[in-house]
Amino acid sequence: MDATIDSKAVPSNEERLAKLEGMGCSRKRYEDPRFIQGKGNYVDDIKMPNMLVGVMVRSPYAHARIKSIDTSKALAHPGVYAVLTADDLKPLKLHWMPTLAGDVQAVLADGKVVFQNQEVAFVVAEDRYIAADAAELVEVEYEPLAVLVDPLKAMAPDAPTVRDDIKDKDVGAHGARKHPNHIFTWDIGDKDKTDRAFDNAEVTVKQDMIYQRVHPCPLETCGCVASFDKIRGDLLVYITSQAPHVVRTVVGMLSSIPESKIRIISPDIGGGFGNKVGIYPGYVCAIVAAIVLGRPVKWIESRTENLTTTAFARDYHMTGELAADKDGKIKALRVHVTADHGAFDACADPSKWPAGMFHVVTGSYDIPNAFVSVDGIYTNKCPGGVSYRCSFRVTEAVYLIERMVDVLAQKLGIDKAEIRFRNFLRKDQFPYQTALGLEYDSGDYEPALRKGLAALDYPALRAEQAARRADPDAATLMGIGICTFTEIVGAGPSKMCDILGIGMFDSCEIRVHPDGSAIARMGTISQGQGHQTTYAQIIASVAGIPASLITVEEGDTATAPYGLGTYGSRSTPVAGAAIARASHKIREKARKIAAHLLEVSPDDVEFDLDRFVVKGAPDQAKSIKEVAWAAYNNVPEGMEMGLEAVDYYDPPNFTFPFGTYICVVDVDRYSGETKIRRFYALDDCGTRINPMIIEGQIHGGLTEGFAVAMGQQLTYDDAGNVLGGTLMDYFLPTSMETPHWETDFTVTPSPHHPIGAKGVAESPHVGSIPCFTAAMVDAFAHLGVTHMNMPHNSFRVWQQSHALNLDQR
Amino acid sequence: MIKKMMVTFKLNGKSTDVVVEPRELLIHTLREKCLHTGPHIGCDSSHCGACTVDVDGMSVKSCTMLTVQADGSELLTIEGFAQGGELHALQEGFMQEHGLQCGFCTPGMITRAYRLLKENPDPTEAEIRYWMAGNLCRCTGYQNIVKAVQYAARKLRGEPVQTSYPLMETTTH
Ligand code: FES
Ligand code: FES
Repeated sequence: MDATIDSKAVPSNEERLAKLEGMGCSRKRYEDPRFIQGKGNYVDDIKMPNMLVGVMVRSPYAHARIKSIDTSKALAHPGVYAVLTADDLKPLKLHWMPTLAGDVQAVLADGKVVFQNQEVAFVVAEDRYIAADAAELVEVEYEPLAVLVDPLKAMAPDAPTVRDDIKDKDVGAHGARKHPNHIFTWDIGDKDKTDRAFDNAEVTVKQDMIYQRVHPCPLETCGCVASFDKIRGDLLVYITSQAPHVVRTVVGMLSSIPESKIRIISPDIGGGFGNKVGIYPGYVCAIVAAIVLGRPVKWIESRTENLTTTAFARDYHMTGELAADKDGKIKALRVHVTADHGAFDACADPSKWPAGMFHVVTGSYDIPNAFVSVDGIYTNKCPGGVSYRCSFRVTEAVYLIERMVDVLAQKLGIDKAEIRFRNFLRKDQFPYQTALGLEYDSGDYEPALRKGLAALDYPALRAEQAARRADPDAATLMGIGICTFTEIVGAGPSKMCDILGIGMFDSCEIRVHPDGSAIARMGTISQGQGHQTTYAQIIASVAGIPASLITVEEGDTATAPYGLGTYGSRSTPVAGAAIARASHKIREKARKIAAHLLEVSPDDVEFDLDRFVVKGAPDQAKSIKEVAWAAYNNVPEGMEMGLEAVDYYDPPNFTFPFGTYICVVDVDRYSGETKIRRFYALDDCGTRINPMIIEGQIHGGLTEGFAVAMGQQLTYDDAGNVLGGTLMDYFLPTSMETPHWETDFTVTPSPHHPIGAKGVAESPHVGSIPCFTAAMVDAFAHLGVTHMNMPHNSFRVWQQSHALNLDQR
Repeated sequence: MIKKMMVTFKLNGKSTDVVVEPRELLIHTLREKCLHTGPHIGCDSSHCGACTVDVDGMSVKSCTMLTVQADGSELLTIEGFAQGGELHALQEGFMQEHGLQCGFCTPGMITRAYRLLKENPDPTEAEIRYWMAGNLCRCTGYQNIVKAVQYAARKLRGEPVQTSYPLMETTTH
């Protein structure tokens, strides 16, 4: 091969950039060809020889003692191989399992059931029809007990006790417990200083609000296929998991099989949104059955099971208070939350923070004093409390502060945009230390809001609204909502965050082959985020290898380096940084090899898109392809052969993307029907890797936010029955209801991230929900309404209209 | 023991025989006996449309139909779309317009959109949204699905097509 490159033959920068398909380009997704041809490989698509199917028997009661379970009829049914109950799991010590939040959860109900549809028995049969038939034959005798559904009544002395197993424990995973139904009290901030600021304040406001219980509801339900090789002692599990390595660790803990003999594969996953982080009893039962029976066992949840038993989200009963001066400058924030965690504390939160990152609740504002306390409570509802499309309770935090700022603006008669300008953190205040102990990395809020106001011609909208309000005959009310949120993603620095004691780093391993193509293996797992596409773009930009020559693999614990997985928008901020750093290591080694080939000192060689050039002599160069070949036959003396790098990245801090969202609604005052006239979303997620994918994720997050704000709620009656556990009753918006989205952006890179990227996918969810509520409340604000609880469906909006007599002609 | 029945249909142009219980749902037969795992199961209530297939010229949620009812029918599933290594215009449209993320809804979406374009080759956005309302997507927010269908419609009408996501972004902010 020629030692130098003819400068005339080197294509232009544009051509080389286009070939690289690096960061900033809307590269088409590498994943798509398989999905559009029906060749995805989701867990339910896995079929193994001799595979059996497991089905759960579930409790019809929310709270009941189990007097007896008779499995004989089910076992006698042809085609049935096993029926597991807690008694069968006891000798294996598997009838209870640890949760990711430091609690324990019954795998199969042990003596009593504590929520409706709780797992009671597991039937394994030849096929799903036989299993379903046999499940009907399992006879369980229940003695119903008093039910607790209201978390605000949970601490009453006469409240029914949800958890008999720990009722006498006065210390839980997060400190002292005050009552048998109490899980923890977590507080942060300076209470005395905050109280003093309130005592001395010119103005204070206070507002109660309920963030209703909702469900992430990815289109694919949860499930797994477990298979155990008795001879080799190997356990293989295909699973719908957002964190396969953590699953391996938990399975290892439970089964005492060494992790080296457990292989967890998350194949294609049909959406996660937080629902697929936890460990569910169905997984454990399928694994146990596979080990006991020596045959592969599949368990796939139905939609009703998914909605009623796997991780719900939110259920925060919040009180917010702000202290301010007459000009609207905020002096202090005080928050109390009663958090309904259901019957087991099974949310995925970093171990040290029982309420996750709720302490980002001071938002985008310069608030000198703050104090927050959260009480976690057990009730007879499904366990969970996952961070649905957010990092550990950011959604609830942003909802609270955005609502409170509006309430304050309303009290003072200051425009909602104006009060934000008065309280925003200024660009020169970053890095900024919040009163609740976080250090914001970077932000530039004012231009974002100005851009949004200009895009929608805010003054004209307000003028139109004023005219509408002045007209007593106007049939429609008009509301304008503004949300200027700050997110916290990229969990996390292991000094602050861990799960089960494992630090929240992430990892990447890159190998460049002799032909210059490469494979990258990651600790994360895509559930639709397009990792295979964007990760390759990072490598392309940093190491100069064309993205089309890079294969990205993840989700297989047998090949991928340990990583904490994909949730809370952590893939780009954490794993993306690992990729950038591993790519950089590759580039540095490649540079040394190039120098060796060019017979100059490494200091004289610089990287130029996809090749290494001698400084001042652009015709003296080696392409990355030539270097890759040389890495396997001609390296400098003393250098190891090969071209590969591994990086375990533990971020120094979180990243703080932000945005400005503006929503305009028209509300029919007679029917309560609402039309989203416009929704403008400006996001700043730092460096943008693939604008097409970013926009797609924003559309998706906004749509899920629309669903939560305008229609979703998992409702229970007083007996703990789930009202509406199917898609018949649980609102998932269709293409008909879903509004049209307008997207926009600014770019404020993260100063501590190797490529400045902050993460984006959950911002639209976090930011849109308070924006919708703000717009709805604004429609009634001139009549003194300061807050309306979600969901803002027509009936509830009509109730508001009716209460104000607006529905009368 | 439930008596089994033999059912014959044409699946993506190929004559296929299956033996099923009369109660077996078409989606299970397709996925588990015919090994066509493109159509997916997303709900228990015929709401999500992930299982949509084309049966004798109609979009059908295959979790709603018994396999025995498909006897003698012509079935088209996502596996039948790409012909001779060429993607169908809809498949190309979904890819070019970023009409999918996790891909779980996509086979049903494409199959449904196929029937829409057969019956209305030049639909408006409102018509597309109306026709696709039986297919849920949790990832995309539908906006790009609408664009994907429009892209395919143009292509099938023989008009020039263009992605709204050119590789290199020209706008600077
Ligand atoms: S699985 Fe058929 S419509 Fe949902
Ligand atoms: S792409 Fe995930 S459900 Fe549509």
